[in-house]
Amino acid sequence: MSHSEFAIEAEGLVKHFGKTKAVDGVDLRVRAGTVYGVLGPNGAGKTTTVRMLATLLDPDAGRATVLGHDLLRESHAIRSRISLTGQFASVDEDLTGLENLMLLARLLGFRGRDVKRRATELLEAFDLEEAAGKQIKTFSGGMRRRLDIAASLVITPDLLFLDEPTTGLDPRSRNQVWGIVRALIADGTTVLLTTQYLEEADQLADRIAVIDHGRVIAEGTSGELKASVGSGTLHVTLRDPADRERAGAFLKDRLGVEPHLEDEASSLSVQIADTARAARAMADLSDSGVGVGGFSLGQPSLDEVFFALTGHAAEETPAKETDPKKKKEKKGKAA
Amino acid sequence: MNTSAQASTQEVAAVLRATLSTRERPPQASAVSNILAFAWRALLKIKHVPEQLFDALITPIMFTVMFTYIFGGALAGSPRQYLQFLLPGIMVQTVVFASMYTGVTLNTDLSKGIYDRFRSLPIWHLSPIVGAMFGDFLRYTLSSGIVVLVGLLLGYRPVTGVVGVVASIALLNVCVFGFGWIFTTLGVALRSPGAVMSFGWLFLMPLTFASNVFVDSSTMPSWLKAFVDVNPVALLVTALRGILSGTLTARQLGLSLIAPAVVTAICSPIALALYKRKR
Repeated sequence: MSHSEFAIEAEGLVKHFGKTKAVDGVDLRVRAGTVYGVLGPNGAGKTTTVRMLATLLDPDAGRATVLGHDLLRESHAIRSRISLTGQFASVDEDLTGLENLMLLARLLGFRGRDVKRRATELLEAFDLEEAAGKQIKTFSGGMRRRLDIAASLVITPDLLFLDEPTTGLDPRSRNQVWGIVRALIADGTTVLLTTQYLEEADQLADRIAVIDHGRVIAEGTSGELKASVGSGTLHVTLRDPADRERAGAFLKDRLGVEPHLEDEASSLSVQIADTARAARAMADLSDSGVGVGGFSLGQPSLDEVFFALTGHAAEETPAKETDPKKKKEKKGKAA
Repeated sequence: MNTSAQASTQEVAAVLRATLSTRERPPQASAVSNILAFAWRALLKIKHVPEQLFDALITPIMFTVMFTYIFGGALAGSPRQYLQFLLPGIMVQTVVFASMYTGVTLNTDLSKGIYDRFRSLPIWHLSPIVGAMFGDFLRYTLSSGIVVLVGLLLGYRPVTGVVGVVASIALLNVCVFGFGWIFTTLGVALRSPGAVMSFGWLFLMPLTFASNVFVDSSTMPSWLKAFVDVNPVALLVTALRGILSGTLTARQLGLSLIAPAVVTAICSPIALALYKRKR
């Protein structure tokens, strides 16, 4: 392992594409052996940051060391110790699963019988034996992603970049990918993961950088980020949506905070500072004749953190998630 | 998550850990072994997508038969006599056309995610491109072999026999590998496969038609003859005719190799620089 305790130390990374500032001064410090989440909406600069750190793109300004090597001067040394799983399948569609892994094993120095042995081992580990002889273009999304990740692990890297590893996957495949990331960590690999899913960062990442418009706008553990927003959130569901305005006014009066109206017409939420006061307010709200269907007091979700930090939502509802490109356009307009 | 799913997840995690914890790290592969790996990839692609050979197989048959019978009677008295002159030219034209597809294929390939992976590997930068060019040798050999075969069926008889045919295909491969750097450079430089095609034809049309592929340059106006006499494609055709008829001179062979060498010297560093240019 690197002598440094940090796998990545980046300062002021900048990348322009024409007039667009894709990355506008990103600082990152990723401790070795941890999962680091880079969280942000589409177009926030996550992929560009990863491509720079994986030596695919030279930054216009700023400096970074990756696994103790200078990003610009020692890119070959970095390449021999990292792996990248890009956002779009970085495997050969025309080749079979086995052939793809054998190609990479050969390129990475395996010889003779070891080439096929290593490829077969990986297929087994990633539950892809049945697909060994099938061309990638016949694979399902989840299988493709697993093969893609397997292809990054022909030699277990010291640092793995996973760019949106679960975008577009069904929940089962997503869980499988999460399992793979956890197994990697247990083995001591550092993982830098980008995601637009708050739940994913919450589940996997030891620390999270929230990135928006090419800048890191918040950094910390998931708990720290939540704490920065307030001690928690009161979620209220009403029996009758018509009561929402009255309930909102009541809670604003008692708690001194403007309630947030949820998409669900009968729900609202309030950031709270004092749990006991919130509980009393709820009892009084119920007594005042508003039909309360239910309420809960919880830590704020990362969704709320993102909203509080940026003033806009991090993601749209999963149902609209099918086409990431379309989403980007919509997001652009919304922002 | 139900318990059985959880159990299987844990099982998978255990196998995964075993597979990853080997931390096997063989010594880094040499540039030659990188190139061979990519040449292997090119062969696999031919195996899985044989349609891409259609062009390499049908075009030479079409050209040989068509031009033999269209021009044969008028230019040489009979198709059979004309074929003796035409065949080496058609071999060159077919393979030079086929070399354009190297650039088109490369351009298509580069736009896919897999090149991000290749570029993040500790391998020789140019090996994906050079490896693909080696895979093209198979296509070129196949194309030129078919031209000879069709020629033999129509009555073509090389004076130098099998040795001459093998030698002419070898020279053709060497020279087109050199010329191919033009299309490789275009493939790396341009934005779309379509653009590579248009640019490619811009080079190929004058080079293959304003040449001695179909007729001897002696009947052409002096300005055109001057061009044909230095046209690299024509020089290659002359060398091939020399090999197949047993009249090859050292001068002819030397002249045919100049342009491919110059193109390689100029274009390969440009292609490398463009490929490394990070986008």
